[in-house]
Amino acid sequence: MINVTIDNKQIQVPEGTTILKAARMAGIHIPTLCYFELAGMKFENKPGGCRVCVVEVTKDFNGRPRRNLAPACATDCVEGMEVLTHSARVINARRTVVELILSDHPTDCLTCAKSGNCELQSLAQYLGIRDIPFKGEQSHYRQDMSPSIVRDMDKCIMCRRCENMCNNVQTVGALSAINRGFSAVVAPAFEQDLVDSPCVMCGQCVQVCPVGALTEVDDTRNVMAAINNPKKTVIVNTAPATRVALGEEFGMPAGTIVTGQMAAALRRLGFDYVFDTDFTADLTIMEEGTELLGRIKKFMAGDKSVRLPILTSCCPGWVNFFEHNFPDMLDVPSTAKSPMQMFGAVAKNYWADKMGIKREDLVVVSIMPCLAKKYESKRKEFYKDGNPDIDYVLTTRELARLIKQFNLDLKDMPCEDYDDPLGESTGAAVIFGATGGVIEAATRTAYEVFTGKPLPKIDFTELRGMEGIRDAWVDFDGTPIHIGIAHGLSNARTLLQRVREGKEQFHAIEVMACPGGCVGGAGQPYHHGNSEIIKKRTEAIYREDLGKPIRKSHENPSIKKIYEEYFGEPCGHKSHELLHTHYFDKSEHVEISE
Amino acid sequence: MAVIKLSEAKVNFIKEVCKSYGNKPGEVINVLHKVQGEYGYLPAEVQELVAKELGIPVSRVYGIVSFYSFFTMTPKGEHPISVCLGTACYVRGAEKVLDELKRQLGINVGEVTPDGKFSLTCLRCVGACGLAPVIEVGDKVYGRMTPDRVKDVLAEYK
Repeated sequence: MINVTIDNKQIQVPEGTTILKAARMAGIHIPTLCYFELAGMKFENKPGGCRVCVVEVTKDFNGRPRRNLAPACATDCVEGMEVLTHSARVINARRTVVELILSDHPTDCLTCAKSGNCELQSLAQYLGIRDIPFKGEQSHYRQDMSPSIVRDMDKCIMCRRCENMCNNVQTVGALSAINRGFSAVVAPAFEQDLVDSPCVMCGQCVQVCPVGALTEVDDTRNVMAAINNPKKTVIVNTAPATRVALGEEFGMPAGTIVTGQMAAALRRLGFDYVFDTDFTADLTIMEEGTELLGRIKKFMAGDKSVRLPILTSCCPGWVNFFEHNFPDMLDVPSTAKSPMQMFGAVAKNYWADKMGIKREDLVVVSIMPCLAKKYESKRKEFYKDGNPDIDYVLTTRELARLIKQFNLDLKDMPCEDYDDPLGESTGAAVIFGATGGVIEAATRTAYEVFTGKPLPKIDFTELRGMEGIRDAWVDFDGTPIHIGIAHGLSNARTLLQRVREGKEQFHAIEVMACPGGCVGGAGQPYHHGNSEIIKKRTEAIYREDLGKPIRKSHENPSIKKIYEEYFGEPCGHKSHELLHTHYFDKSEHVEISE
Repeated sequence: MAVIKLSEAKVNFIKEVCKSYGNKPGEVINVLHKVQGEYGYLPAEVQELVAKELGIPVSRVYGIVSFYSFFTMTPKGEHPISVCLGTACYVRGAEKVLDELKRQLGINVGEVTPDGKFSLTCLRCVGACGLAPVIEVGDKVYGRMTPDRVKDVLAEYK
């Protein structure tokens, strides 16, 4: 431990602690901009580039003051160091730095999607900047819009959080800093459109962008237009992770469960039926679980053609990732569609028929914690006669904006139930929202179907946690089943490579693209690097599961009914037609040309 | 499925270069240097293949190519012309020589003539300041250049 004095406050910190971290330990706030940390998730961005966190070292290792101001994020404490974080010199320098950044930044805060959540805006306010003394050239770039993400690089401040996230946490490698000096910016290779790059649309770059350079595609207007159209029946389904995060946008503490209030608010927005993606999460378990057991049984019977492990396929960012990076393993993931796409297929076929609504008059909206879902809904294989199974996807953030526009406050909403029959769900479905949840839900059902016995315990705590890669052996009444779990795509890549190289064998692997799973999705309220928020949402997910009267997917009465009435049996003919999909090779191939 | 289209000779050459550096991601600059030395420039397909061979994202390769002024994505002409704009050459009128080259070739810096014969670039000092202003055509150095001599120099290559 070493002794340092920050703002006349003496503290002891471990060697190797930066001034910024030491100050935080002492409860002293040093403003930052490019710096970003997601504690416990192995993500720290400190390029030391923005110089907002500069501090004055009044006593350095040699007993003398340091001549230049030091960036707190990238300077380690030394024994006896004395630091001032808010001297007049520091405040002046900080203000100049932000004024310089603003001199090459559009000042269209009034209409910027990030307004109110922008870290640069907050800094300008904090430093009391009232005009920008530096006038000069501003950088301009072409706007780029993928089905999920809008890139407006005029607003980029080169903090490089997105680049770090994309390359190191997700190992997607779509983004890189390009050019130099004034023209430097973060972009895909050759400044091509994101859709043409290896981007998997996970949107984690959007989740960490401090300004409005990276934002989600806004679909609220399209949804409002549909609701306003008297010819259309507009129905909605809400993903598991949205109900433990939406409350944050209304000032509730992280981890508040707002399931009933969300359903009530959606009704007041004018949706004709309010359903739950959890219903089709239960359906996913029936299909994916059956597929898993089928493969395991064949494998145990000596069928060498069977591909194990089965990989979950609920996460569209993950699906994109393996299509780009593991083209040799396209037959390994489960063919089951994601719960959202199953919902679309069920709603536009089974339910529309039942209600006598024509496909083109039915608009299906999804509320998702995710940006990749926007892209997923636009995949061609999920269209029928030019009409998509899911018409629009709104993020948790977009829904919050709509609710506020309607002069509603979630805090004042009564708790209402979902509509039947596509609204009934179990605890197994809600845990889809957290890392380990899908495979735990599948295990609950697969165990009982495989062994024919009731589960001795419902909670598979060995499958839970925040470690990036986890594995556990689950005893299926004498048959040991090896389960792997990864969240964050770098972890998925590591785990899959081990499988590809034959170093490790699993029966099933669950992957979620975002750190923490869907609770940490890119469509969730901005966490600004506070990983405690993600943990609180996760706890809420398991609390919601615990409070459900039914906690196994195969016991959901509406699920039983839909098989009796419509699908027959899991993985049957009708299921294959509506609930299963296939994957495409999106990798780069070299072709000889002359 | 995205396709990288390249001739067989190019594919083999690039693979060979990457292999000679042990396909190590850290050697990307050396690899690009060698490949540009052979082909004069680094088109997108070449960068894609280098990225694939070294196991790094192509965005990173492009990040490097766009960062260093040495690397270029525009093809060079049969006779690449470089005009020195170093201090000595500049004060002795290199810019006038450059303007005359642009006028006669009908191209700007960084471009190639439509017939592919000449390309025009600028550089900073070739270490022949005593001969300022200096231009290079291919490997040949022309010292004490004047706008009037441009026509004769170009005529040597027509």
